[in-house]
Amino acid sequence: MSEKVLMKGNEAMAESAMRAGCRFFFGYPITPQTEVAAYMAKMMPKVGGTYLQAESEVAAINMVYGASAAGARVMTSSSSPGISLKSEGISYMAGADLPGVIINVQRGGPGLGSIQPSQADYWQATKATGHGDFHIVVYAPSTVQEMADYAFKAFDTADKYRVPVMIMADGMLGQMMEPVVLPEARALEDLPEKPWATNGHGHKRPHNVANSLYLTAEDLEDLVRERYERYDAIIEGEQEAESYLTDDADIVLTAFGGAARVARSAVNAARERGIKAGLVRPITLWPFPTDAIEAVLPQAKAFLDVEMNMGQMLEDVRLAVAGRAPVEFFGRTGGVIPNPDEVLAAIVALNEKVGE
Amino acid sequence: MADNEKDLKVVFERPHALLPVVTNFCPGCPHGIVERLVAETMDELDIEGETIGVAPVGCSVISYDFFGCDMIEAAHGRAPAVATAVKRVHPDGVVFAYQGDGDLASIGMAETVHAATRGENITVIFINNAIYGMTGGQMAPTSLPNQVTQTSPYGRDVATAGNPIRVSELLNALDGPAYIERVCVDTPKNVRKAKKAIKKAFQNQLDGVGYSFIEVVSTCPTNWGMTPQDAFAWMRENMLPYYPLGVVRDVTADGFANAAEAAAARNAACPIAHPELKTEGGN
Repeated sequence: MSEKVLMKGNEAMAESAMRAGCRFFFGYPITPQTEVAAYMAKMMPKVGGTYLQAESEVAAINMVYGASAAGARVMTSSSSPGISLKSEGISYMAGADLPGVIINVQRGGPGLGSIQPSQADYWQATKATGHGDFHIVVYAPSTVQEMADYAFKAFDTADKYRVPVMIMADGMLGQMMEPVVLPEARALEDLPEKPWATNGHGHKRPHNVANSLYLTAEDLEDLVRERYERYDAIIEGEQEAESYLTDDADIVLTAFGGAARVARSAVNAARERGIKAGLVRPITLWPFPTDAIEAVLPQAKAFLDVEMNMGQMLEDVRLAVAGRAPVEFFGRTGGVIPNPDEVLAAIVALNEKVGE
Repeated sequence: MADNEKDLKVVFERPHALLPVVTNFCPGCPHGIVERLVAETMDELDIEGETIGVAPVGCSVISYDFFGCDMIEAAHGRAPAVATAVKRVHPDGVVFAYQGDGDLASIGMAETVHAATRGENITVIFINNAIYGMTGGQMAPTSLPNQVTQTSPYGRDVATAGNPIRVSELLNALDGPAYIERVCVDTPKNVRKAKKAIKKAFQNQLDGVGYSFIEVVSTCPTNWGMTPQDAFAWMRENMLPYYPLGVVRDVTADGFANAAEAAAARNAACPIAHPELKTEGGN
């Protein structure tokens, strides 16, 4: 077991990715993910890896596409406006069944927005990371420890299902320092075989092709349907959530990532006041952990969704609750972090409302 | 009969690196000639097994079905970025991009320029036929002044649509490239010259000389609305004066071992680029 070290979230993700066997990183500067790229630039040459500063986010994601097609574990990192530029490439990766890891250290939007922490890219990440029928797996860590854990796990998930995987962080998590135990480094020879990789056939197999173009509509439909069977397996097997004090909870908060830290404080404060509050914290945003919502439904009187946006995950919570309990929302946006007192006030108000 | 068969010799056949399939190219399209030259090169250098080709959006996008080596279809304009990464993952492999003018010089200009200036040790084959073929004949970045296309129906007005780009000359402003040559494939003689250039562009990669770029001035009989022969005549008359054939850069012919040596010589007067030089004011 590694010893505990104090690290910034952004650096923990970078170090953890390298420990997962990532030896190729392609990036483009943007705040507030800078430390990921800076860490890679410093460390990759020491392990014989490649850090390359691309000419644009568009080029960077296409380098990820190429390195992945060539069989490598590869990552890029950006922040909200940069993720928009990467969306075309992510769609191509999904269409060519190429694994890869994309970090989004979110900032306020739309447009150039702000450089403060935000969660306003939830819809983009979970509903439409690019054009076409596809999903990507989205992990939303809430601590520096989880940033390390899921940056590592993301590569295994990506390779297992041949899908792009996103780590949804935010400027707060990326910049904060916390103690973290880093995962043990994976030996490169233990990484999964990729018989589909375009790495030169050596006259030993038919040529491999990485491609997302199908000119016959029925062929593409068949392929997309096959892909959706894989998505069903992901929905079945990969949902992750933390349930905190939910066993007897009347008021169940739902929150992910940085907002979940605030929500947890508010739940604790509510408990001190005698309000039975709890928290369901989705760790996978896609697949959305409907099972965890289902588990708290029998005793929950109402839900309070807390996000650093105008209410995006809110829609998935309502879909999971399916009208069986009221779902209210508290959010701050633009880069504003909610404070526990205002979330507590929302819990108190909701508790009074459902208690009547 | 039996004696005659014994005397038969194969003098011309499909290159191994070109799969036995029917291409989707229009009759008279020079793509077939150029792809054959690339395949012959792979055969002659015995590199099909370690070659990875990248074909982005355009008429050549389906090349993944034609070339026998491993192939990657890339997004529009992004082949140089994709090829860069493949070469970084497999530095001992052979990586080429095969791109048209809209792809390479319009939507993919940033990727083109930056792969070239990084001096990626890859081979780029650039088909310049002054038009977007696959989408039905729109104005391209290399369409000539006054050239009529679907989206320049009154002829390319340079006052509003701008001037064509001479890509080979533009890339020659950079330190990264090792070899840039412009060829065409309108006659057997020119096909042989083009073959020589393409082969050199791959040999350079094997020898670690650096980024090699072959511009093939080409035609599009279908979208130009001409017979293949008329198209070649129009190309010779109009395109070659604008895009002159020949070697634009060749660092080995200039006496350098590779592009990096040539670049170092060009910036010899810059102290930070040459830390071995003693300079004033620094340490």
